[in-house]
Amino acid sequence: MGETHSLEERFQQYVEAENKVEPKDWMPEKYRQTVIRQVSQHAHSEIIGMQPEANWITRAPSLRSKLILLAKVQDEAGHGLYLYSAAETLGIDRSEMIEQLQTGKAKYSSIFNYPTISWADMGAIGWLVDGAAIQNQVMLCRTSYGPYARAMVKICKEESFHQRQGYEIMMHLAKGTKEQKAMAQDALNRWWWPSLMMFGPSDENSPNSAQSMKWRIKRKSNDTLRQEFVDKTIPQAEYLGLTVPDPDLKWNEERKSYDFGEMNWDEFYEVVKGNGPCNKQRIENHINAHNEGAWVRAAASAYAEKQAARKKSTAA
Amino acid sequence: MTDKSNWKIWEVFIRSKNGLSHKHVGSLHAPDAEMAVKNARDVYCRRSEGVSIWVVPSEQITASSPDEKEPLFTPSDDKVYRHPTFYDIPDEVGHM
Amino acid sequence: MSFKGGWLNIKEENYTEADALLRYVLRLGDDALITGQRLAEWCSKGPVLEQDIALSNMALDHIGRARLLYKYAADLAGDGKTEDDFAYLRDTQEFRNFLIVEQPNGHWGDTVTKLMCLDTYNFYLFDGLTKSADAQLAGIAQKAIKEITYHAQWSAEWVIRLGDGTEESHQKVQASLENIWPWTGEMFEVDQVERMMDEAGISVNPESIKDAWNTKINQVLDIATLKRPADCWMQTGGRKGVHSEHLGYMLAEMQFLPRAYPDAKW
Repeated sequence: MGETHSLEERFQQYVEAENKVEPKDWMPEKYRQTVIRQVSQHAHSEIIGMQPEANWITRAPSLRSKLILLAKVQDEAGHGLYLYSAAETLGIDRSEMIEQLQTGKAKYSSIFNYPTISWADMGAIGWLVDGAAIQNQVMLCRTSYGPYARAMVKICKEESFHQRQGYEIMMHLAKGTKEQKAMAQDALNRWWWPSLMMFGPSDENSPNSAQSMKWRIKRKSNDTLRQEFVDKTIPQAEYLGLTVPDPDLKWNEERKSYDFGEMNWDEFYEVVKGNGPCNKQRIENHINAHNEGAWVRAAASAYAEKQAARKKSTAA
Repeated sequence: MTDKSNWKIWEVFIRSKNGLSHKHVGSLHAPDAEMAVKNARDVYCRRSEGVSIWVVPSEQITASSPDEKEPLFTPSDDKVYRHPTFYDIPDEVGHM
Repeated sequence: MSFKGGWLNIKEENYTEADALLRYVLRLGDDALITGQRLAEWCSKGPVLEQDIALSNMALDHIGRARLLYKYAADLAGDGKTEDDFAYLRDTQEFRNFLIVEQPNGHWGDTVTKLMCLDTYNFYLFDGLTKSADAQLAGIAQKAIKEITYHAQWSAEWVIRLGDGTEESHQKVQASLENIWPWTGEMFEVDQVERMMDEAGISVNPESIKDAWNTKINQVLDIATLKRPADCWMQTGGRKGVHSEHLGYMLAEMQFLPRAYPDAKW
């Protein structure tokens, strides 16, 4: 009993001294489970996040924008893969994580439960959703679990292109024809609040936040990240000549920061629960792709086994 | 529903430029070496960051135990990670 | 800016070398674009994450090549057209891609089988084009041949995995092969454009590719334990702008935005 207690204390000192935890290190079981949950859910978000954007690849309005969008979605697949790999170092299988996603045991970022109904959504998602993700991700580059931190560094390097791509689309639309500008404003109207909700509930309502912060898994609070995002993004919206759909938005001279309105937390919890516009379809698509691919994966395994057997018999 | 067609995990090492060593960049799933190399190129060299790619099945890697001076670490475990499928559990023991 | 006849109205027998070259470059561009567009449809739907990434990579390659070819075509047309004009403002009868590239993706077996047929053809074609008398085309081919080699290896390996995999995959991919076979003949047709380009040393005679293609395909099918389909009547028309019903839907989806907002710059 005394042994374990001191191990946990030592672990706490270790992470507080900004040391990295690596796969074979001793760690509290709850730490391991927390990191698995966070990393796998981050991976799921990247993968599910491919769908709303892949939705517009075949309809991209120029060859250049088609290429850029395809490359972006491919990046997201790659990010999911880095993160699944990082989670696997903690003893969970990819197929187990996939099952958790498909049965709803694991969550993914709720923002992807909203539909992409216009080309301007590609701009808004890159600008706001990736923008919000970057806010979170830069912080995670200093997370205590080594493989996660390294995956995040790689992801951050690639992410800045995503946000720029989105903002470039918004600029192009905002300075285009009347219809294009209206398309951009409409996208901002629909994606603003869900983007703010990406940072999660206020920390007082977030049960795991405190422990995650203690273990240096999470480095900044939800509210801090959200405020930083708002302050960074408002000038960008102003530059576009678009209006942020928040009547309570106001510069606070004292705090040197923006005051903003109250979020619709009812909507947030409903969407998280599974009642968003696209929850069912996102998961169904994932399940279908996975099931339809089973015979392919089985064939590749079978072939690999045959090849291995052949190599053995020729060597014999 | 666990997928019976679990592909192996492969560790990926990339030499990004001549003169540098291969660096461990992560892992991926593939059923055979040819696909592992191609996947590694697709996943880890998307921005042409690779001159040379090595892929090794994770189970082929032998790892040292971290320094015994540190009692935080569990001894005599020479697998790369805590991966459950690295350990051969006989069927009679049941799902673990 | 849209195509209102004009360049389409020249009769085959009256083609100058310049007319033939423009058409040759465009048909290669169309093949690349439609192939890339079909591959892009797989995004987020692949059987495993790593393959999703592989297919996206290949889609990027094809669409990138389409851009290079359309840019060259725009230079040749010399009337201010852009790559996007070619991609977004032509109707089906002006597209001159092979019928095989517009066939639907189907399941994974259908896709890799179709790709194997196409990639193998492209390999020999672009390998030859690296020596084209047309410097631009040779340059494009030199850029493309490395990735096309990769594609051809990738798709052949997959046909082998499926052919020599499980009983189920073997049956599925054999059926894929039978289904796509009637669309493979078109790749070796010689028309006026091909004749003129061949004479000018610019293109590769499709009939010369045919032998190499057959040898390679037979080799792969043999390793894959698959049966080569019997000779059959081959579908045709793509090079004349007579397409399957699929292309119309593909273009409607692809071209919607610029056509719905013609005043807008995209």
